[in-house]
Amino acid sequence: MPIKVLVAKPGLDGHDRGAKIVARALRDAGMEVVYTGLHQTPEMIVTAAVQEDVDVIGVSILSGAHMTVFPRIMKLLEERGVDDICVIGGGVIQENDVPKLKVLGVREIFDADATTQNLIDGIERVVAEFGRARKRTGAATPAS
Amino acid sequence: MTRSVPVRVHRDLARAITAIENGYASFGDTLATLPARENGKASFVVGVTGPPGAGKSTLVDRLIEKFRAGGETVAVIAVDPSSPFTHGAVLGDRVRMQRHSGDTGVFIRSMASRESGGGLAPTTHDATALAAHAGFDVILVETVGVGQVELEIVAVADVVAVVTVPALGDSVQTIKAGLTEIADLFVVNMADRPGASRTALDLKHMVRESGRDVAVLQTIASEGTGIDDVMVALTAARASESSNAGRAVRFEVVRNIRDAAVRRALAVLDAPRGRSVLERLRAGELTRLEAREELLVYALAEVINAD
Repeated sequence: MPIKVLVAKPGLDGHDRGAKIVARALRDAGMEVVYTGLHQTPEMIVTAAVQEDVDVIGVSILSGAHMTVFPRIMKLLEERGVDDICVIGGGVIQENDVPKLKVLGVREIFDADATTQNLIDGIERVVAEFGRARKRTGAATPAS
Repeated sequence: MTRSVPVRVHRDLARAITAIENGYASFGDTLATLPARENGKASFVVGVTGPPGAGKSTLVDRLIEKFRAGGETVAVIAVDPSSPFTHGAVLGDRVRMQRHSGDTGVFIRSMASRESGGGLAPTTHDATALAAHAGFDVILVETVGVGQVELEIVAVADVVAVVTVPALGDSVQTIKAGLTEIADLFVVNMADRPGASRTALDLKHMVRESGRDVAVLQTIASEGTGIDDVMVALTAARASESSNAGRAVRFEVVRNIRDAAVRRALAVLDAPRGRSVLERLRAGELTRLEAREELLVYALAEVINAD
């Protein structure tokens, strides 16, 4: 089944050319890509991810707000009882912040030099390693 | 009071839709993962279809607003096309509806059309039924941008709104078969553009000549103009006995026949006798027509044996 990815663009970034290029590249790699537009809050991102039941949330962030945005996304996912959606990030993120984000549970960070092929490979690797196929054993679990 | 739906139900419904979409579980098993709806009321399913870029998502956004103002919960199932080459898809309908994101009375789900050619995904029907079971009062089903023959929405919706825009063609377009026959309501969107009145008039003539009672309305969805008229028409259709029941049953049967036939024909292709047909076709011993007939005979034999 195709990997389903939410391409999320939080905060004040003024354009989404990069996000659209990423969406297109992932589409061409056979993924189903949900795109929700600019200026998304962490709440909007998590709501969309839950309703769309994506495998991966890919957060594109250039504004420097990553140390606020990622912790908020991780907390909201936890509050909503979701532990099988992988969160990854890309954009302008200082190298010494990367380990802190990984401690929060962010699975992968791509720097500004990453190619779209790096992204595709990275997403496939993260899904294979941490994705829900491992957590959901072939059937929906009845509501408790 | 404006009703809402617990966030946990959003999550469970989303997972249930994934399970049927990806074939992890049967529809019946999936249904059991959701709490049964409390108020016992049937959901009202509105289909929104029409050509690409006509404003379907923007109209859906406005309808969400109106139904919510009336205190009803709303689920949206929005279908966008899959690539027949890579199977990938960009699902972008939510962009127009993001202002409802913080409202737990609204559930929005995108679906890729996958291998289906009827304007919906193969499991949109089931996803709609799951949303109804989860208790959403109104379900808005938005098709991919369609041409003239992607009509599967009829099998899903109680009422079908066909959204079009001015100047897509002259009055001859309105008498062609297909899309225009399934409308319970025509919406000429972008009505501030030249040619809107002409398009509406052509449609009205077509409707009158066909003897059906179908409203033709003009909207500017991006500005919210004309949406109240659409709501009046939808409310009237909701109150009347469903005129769609007969069509829906027929479409559902046709869809099932086609799905079963394709599945079995594909199974034959993988079997030795199917492979032999393909080899003889490649070697020029059979024409395409002969190959097709031979494969159909095998496939139908499979049907007879299976049932």
